[in-house]
Amino acid sequence: MTTQPVRFYQVGSFAVGNRLLDPDQRTVQADRSRSNALTSGHRACQGCGEALGARYVLDAAMRATGGRLVAVNATGCLEVFTTPYPETSWQVPWLHSLFGNAAAVATGVAAALAVQGRDDVRVVAQAGDGGTVDIGFGCLSGMFERDDDVLFVCYDNEAYMNTGVQRSAATPPAARTATTEAVGPEPGNPFGQGKDLPTLAMAHGVRYVATATVAELHDLEAKVERAMGVRGARYLHVLVPCPLGWGSDPSDTIRVARTAKETGLFPVYEAEGGTVTSVSPIRRRVPVTEYLRLQGRFRHVVGADGTVHRPDIVERLQQMADATVERLGLDRPAFGEGGPAGTGSPRTGEAVGTGNPRTGGPAGEGATP
Amino acid sequence: MLRQLEGSAAVARAVAACRPQVVCAYPITPQTHIVEGIGAMVKAGDLPGCRFINVESEFAAMSVAIGASAGGARAYTATASQGLLFMAEAVYNAAGLGLPIVMTLANRAIGAPINIWNDQSDAMAVRDSGWIQLFAESNQAATDLHVQAFRLAEELSVPVMVCMDGFVLTHATEQVDVPTQAEVDAFLPPFEPRQLLDPDDPCSIGAMVGPEAFTEVRYLAHAKQLQALERIEAVGRAFGDAFGRLSGGLVSPYRTEGAEVVVVALGSILGTLADVVDDLRRAGRPVGALGITSFRPFPAEAVRAAVGDGARVVVVERAFSVGFGGVLATDVAMAVGGGAGRVSTVVAGLGGRPVTERSLAGVIDDALRDRLEPLRFLDLDDQVVARELARMAERRRSGPHAENILRDLGGAPLGPAAGARPTPERRAGAPGGEGR
Repeated sequence: MTTQPVRFYQVGSFAVGNRLLDPDQRTVQADRSRSNALTSGHRACQGCGEALGARYVLDAAMRATGGRLVAVNATGCLEVFTTPYPETSWQVPWLHSLFGNAAAVATGVAAALAVQGRDDVRVVAQAGDGGTVDIGFGCLSGMFERDDDVLFVCYDNEAYMNTGVQRSAATPPAARTATTEAVGPEPGNPFGQGKDLPTLAMAHGVRYVATATVAELHDLEAKVERAMGVRGARYLHVLVPCPLGWGSDPSDTIRVARTAKETGLFPVYEAEGGTVTSVSPIRRRVPVTEYLRLQGRFRHVVGADGTVHRPDIVERLQQMADATVERLGLDRPAFGEGGPAGTGSPRTGEAVGTGNPRTGGPAGEGATP
Repeated sequence: MLRQLEGSAAVARAVAACRPQVVCAYPITPQTHIVEGIGAMVKAGDLPGCRFINVESEFAAMSVAIGASAGGARAYTATASQGLLFMAEAVYNAAGLGLPIVMTLANRAIGAPINIWNDQSDAMAVRDSGWIQLFAESNQAATDLHVQAFRLAEELSVPVMVCMDGFVLTHATEQVDVPTQAEVDAFLPPFEPRQLLDPDDPCSIGAMVGPEAFTEVRYLAHAKQLQALERIEAVGRAFGDAFGRLSGGLVSPYRTEGAEVVVVALGSILGTLADVVDDLRRAGRPVGALGITSFRPFPAEAVRAAVGDGARVVVVERAFSVGFGGVLATDVAMAVGGGAGRVSTVVAGLGGRPVTERSLAGVIDDALRDRLEPLRFLDLDDQVVARELARMAERRRSGPHAENILRDLGGAPLGPAAGARPTPERRAGAPGGEGR
């Protein structure tokens, strides 16, 4: 196939990594010789977090594997906007089968490679949150449980964006979607629902679990590299803002992602074998309203200027953030000895607590250890 | 060498001799013995170079097979009934992607009511998926068809489903000549994929296709099935040359010369039909049978040639299209012409009900006397149906059909077809009954 060389048109910006750093400290994205696994010309919306995330992840994985990589894709925005017939933006071997089976297809590819003695070639499966936490969860759980040699990456934009912004089990409470409209006494997505996939992955005893956002490129790339250094099942959960679905400014994608982390609503951490091993501390904690006001999906809660319309909802969301920060020790400058515990592992039998930071259900259940 | 084997065990050995590289398994009756057999061989180290993967659903089984095939491995799985429906999305996808997966379908009824016994509703449910569907008349045929299936699938880059009647074949122990490793190695070349996930030559597989090209991509699937019509015959002949026994092909006519009635069917019922034809021929009745080995692609020309111009056609089916009638019969009628006046559908053997020689002979006799209606349900208990229809007319909350009918039958298990019609005495003595 013909490959398209990398062109930098935002030299020195975060978009390509900080090229003012020493070469050995620069990101993969800052390297003109990076694989450019997802090249330009695709049909993603302006400011798409998923397009950024996928390129960051796959370029880092390509670097880590010396270009010996196969990508399996679930149905969704990423699949649709990258492969409008007869074009493709993928500069890696790429397979799309269905919405709910990316993990199983990846298992099959990995098995095929192994049985042919081609196990220098590694497999990454990628899906949106719908293809991960909802329709794809059965296959994903099976892949986790069998410890198949696959890195599964969820690009979480917290709803079904490709079909027009419908609620998924990754949609946060109070968020407006097309199926949880901002009307009635309890507008938006209900509290007390939702799945925390990284915790579920840890409960499977998955060898390496990490969360990340597209706002922290060094962190994301380091986690991909670490993941590719491990054989067996691995899970990477990347928060990717969606300007269309979140009602955020396309130029705010990185800012929104960073704010999600800095409020404590989206914790960034790593876990091995079911136990949290490191967290990315919050340098400058901000109230949840700073996050909510950037997004139209929370406009019924907080105005763009920060005016609080529903203090009760803000309070519950703040409690969720506080509980997550407390549970994982995110306010600490660094992760210390005997720090927060992860979930129990059925493989290792380690007794540790868990909690669901997503749900923020009644009685502050999100903080239940 | 002939061996006394269960059908599933014979198929497992034949598949193993094809050197599959990825086999995915999810249990469902009556397919389970096949993958159990292969799993045991892999576990024992008798199948080096094969990964046996226990998956969490049939949907995952086909999905793993899709990934494995695109990754360049020879992939196999087996399923039945509900399992096939649960994997249906992936079944269509495998065909759409043109991946040469081979799957055994141990034909079984589809619920509700839940029923583990044999009919062919499952195969019919994915008739239009783009898979080649081959039907086995016997365990020898099932064994041989698997070896041919891998060769066909990989030649054409089309998935192949080998359909064998659940229990009737899968659990029947009889003599089977299982191909040896050397014979299969000589017959089946190594898998050379048409498309491969290869970092040295990257391509995108499974791209989005809009209206500008979808028709052409789908037509190519059809074109490959048309090629398959020739290849199925050729591979069947090559198999015969290599193994010294006839197997495969598109159709298998039985004493159709000069027949005034030709009975058409799929699968194991053809054994019974051959006996019935023999009996009737001995009695001077001009009848024959026609087995359809390749249901998809449908061999319309071969069917027309085998049936001839004049014969009346009776299609005996272990499935039907609810609200219409025959599925296979529709294809046969299109092939031979003449419509419902010439082609009758006989729906038989649903959910494991035995199809007896006596019942079949009665149907053929009616056809010879021009007394066979366009659609008949063989051995249907009209009284049981009438009673339930009356109950529905009488009361709004008449309750679930299956439970009502079982209560009417007194909970007695279904006997052979002739005895499946309970006597009035038994019904009168049944617990429950009217007014409840």
